[in-house]
Amino acid sequence: MPEASTLRVCALYPDLMNIYADRGNLLMLRRRCEWRGLGFELSSAGLGDPLDGDAADLYYIGGGQDRDQERCAADLHDEKREALAAAAARGAVVLGVCGGYQLLGHAYQLADEELPGVGLLDVRTERVEGPRLIGNIAIEVDLPGAAGAILAGFENHAGRTRLGERAEPLGRVLRGHGNNGADGREGARAGTVIGTYMHGPLLPKNAWLADWLITTALGDGAALAPLDDDLERRAHDEACRAAGL
Amino acid sequence: MNRLSLEVPVARAVGRLARATGRGGGTSLPGKVLLRLDPDAIGRLSDRLSGGSAIISATNGKTTTASLVASILEGAGRRLVHNRAGANMAGGIASTLLTAARRGGGIAGDTGLFEVDEFWLDTVTRQVRPGAVALGNLFRDQLDRYGELETIADRWAALVAELEPATCLVLNADDPLIADLGRERENVTYFGVEDDAMAMPEMQHASDSTHCRRCGAAYRYDAVYLGHLGRYHCPNCGRTRPAPAVRAERIQLHGTSAATFTLATPLGSRSVRLPLPGLYNVYNALAASTLALALGVGLDAVVAGLERAAAAFGRAETVELGKTTLQILLIKNPAGANEILRTLALESDQLDVLAVLNDNIADGRDVSWIWDADFELLATALRRVTCAGTRAAELAVRLKYAGVPESAIAVVPEFSAALDAAVAAAGSARLYALPTYTALLALRAELTARGHVSAYWREAA
Repeated sequence: MPEASTLRVCALYPDLMNIYADRGNLLMLRRRCEWRGLGFELSSAGLGDPLDGDAADLYYIGGGQDRDQERCAADLHDEKREALAAAAARGAVVLGVCGGYQLLGHAYQLADEELPGVGLLDVRTERVEGPRLIGNIAIEVDLPGAAGAILAGFENHAGRTRLGERAEPLGRVLRGHGNNGADGREGARAGTVIGTYMHGPLLPKNAWLADWLITTALGDGAALAPLDDDLERRAHDEACRAAGL
Repeated sequence: MNRLSLEVPVARAVGRLARATGRGGGTSLPGKVLLRLDPDAIGRLSDRLSGGSAIISATNGKTTTASLVASILEGAGRRLVHNRAGANMAGGIASTLLTAARRGGGIAGDTGLFEVDEFWLDTVTRQVRPGAVALGNLFRDQLDRYGELETIADRWAALVAELEPATCLVLNADDPLIADLGRERENVTYFGVEDDAMAMPEMQHASDSTHCRRCGAAYRYDAVYLGHLGRYHCPNCGRTRPAPAVRAERIQLHGTSAATFTLATPLGSRSVRLPLPGLYNVYNALAASTLALALGVGLDAVVAGLERAAAAFGRAETVELGKTTLQILLIKNPAGANEILRTLALESDQLDVLAVLNDNIADGRDVSWIWDADFELLATALRRVTCAGTRAAELAVRLKYAGVPESAIAVVPEFSAALDAAVAAAGSARLYALPTYTALLALRAELTARGHVSAYWREAA
């Protein structure tokens, strides 16, 4: 029998970029691996820590308060950009949620300064005068093997993100605001690099995406054993209803 | 014609109408009407209070702290005008004053006691001009509604800077965000916990503001008591937790029923048996004691008031439902929920729980916070948990991933049916209800309809 695969996850700045309960996503990945007999290893890289671009199959960066995001932006750009780019180039999954999504783009323009991004996604974000984009949201995604699937969640962001020519959106907004509240697009994807404004515990509302990420990150083409997802499906339906679907 | 002489009866009539037509307790509607008629009504009416006013705010513990202060002050002979039902935005406070207002510029009371929503603190304080302000804590809460923690901390700092020098400020030394508000001020009294036995082995997941606001370095904690509350110092710039003048020492927690501790103050020390559970209520008792002392109440009256306290609306109160005793513990954000969960885990490993998660505006539309709360504490402590509310299934998923066996989890979204199912499952055992805010209101309405408790707005009168 072949040795069971192990999913290696690296959380970036878990003590700072965690404001909307991002640990819910990591917990989903852990349990759904464990229940299938797959290994799960979680490491972390904080401010000033070196990042090993070979050490994980999935890199996760969540959302933070303004001041924390600013400190992480500089560190991510100066200390970790090359390793993260190398990881993405070899097919590791990089998932940026909310503030983390903004940092995966080229830059985040604030009123009086610009936060540098790592440029793994061809997007730019600008903070504009006007209300934060807040509320339940549902999108239809276009992912390999999951075309037309629905993601439901919650967004809360002041930044407006616009896609460049080389970026494709993660999905089409069915309900809610999305990247900028204007063009009907939500998130961005380039290969295995994904950014989304659907913040915090996105995976608990969309167990199918957790499995898609596990499969893609392991990259061994093996199908995952099915789980009893009755509660997860009900939570997904509930989140869709909350968004007005 | 004297100002307010017309507005007051009009707004009151609106409140009667709201109750008569069954539209809730009408606890904030008359006040909203009054404020529409006279935007300065809160200031004008509170000026009638001969003994001045005190204001309490915090993310967690406002209602309980205010009820403890009320118990102390009433025992000391003060007649209070107090927003007891917890309607704590401008409309609710205006309604409370409206109810107390009397013809000819009088008011039925000598001292104002107001718990105020974090977001409304500056507006209300500018109008009331209180003699004392007690600030308990700032935790993550309803980020969709309130914005980020530091935004609130900045607003509070701006408010504190404009308070009259004579205003007493009562602050929690153990919360770095709160402690910082008093750094540049005279007339500040700090309170805090001093008991290493209460320290947790590690920081909880939902911890906030663990970085020094002056220099940005991570605070080092010598003891973590609750969330990010504890004894801390900055290893970089040397800033430390202020030494508290009022302290809880030698704390003992007695499950979901009580806590005992030594209350150490500049006037001496006393042992206290607080009839409310958990370390979070020890903090509430500290805030209440410090505020009462700042208002000139003696230590004996403080202790008597604490020991006489009854649970506030939905905060550990119990209701008898036939052979089942229902204990209601409001949960609304990670830090508060963690303390409830910690308290429950001490109580039993065979708990019957009715957990109700709503996502209405007053709960916060965003239910992300349940993934920050440490439901893992109950992983092996639940005999049966019934999940209800508009987001019942997500709560069930949270519990499943916390390690609760799926066989112990039932999902019954509809509230009344969930209550029946949970009571039937509990039998003669105690049933713990953990509702979010609007679920608490619904639970009380349901219990009232079944004849078990009187409507809170009547109790609050």
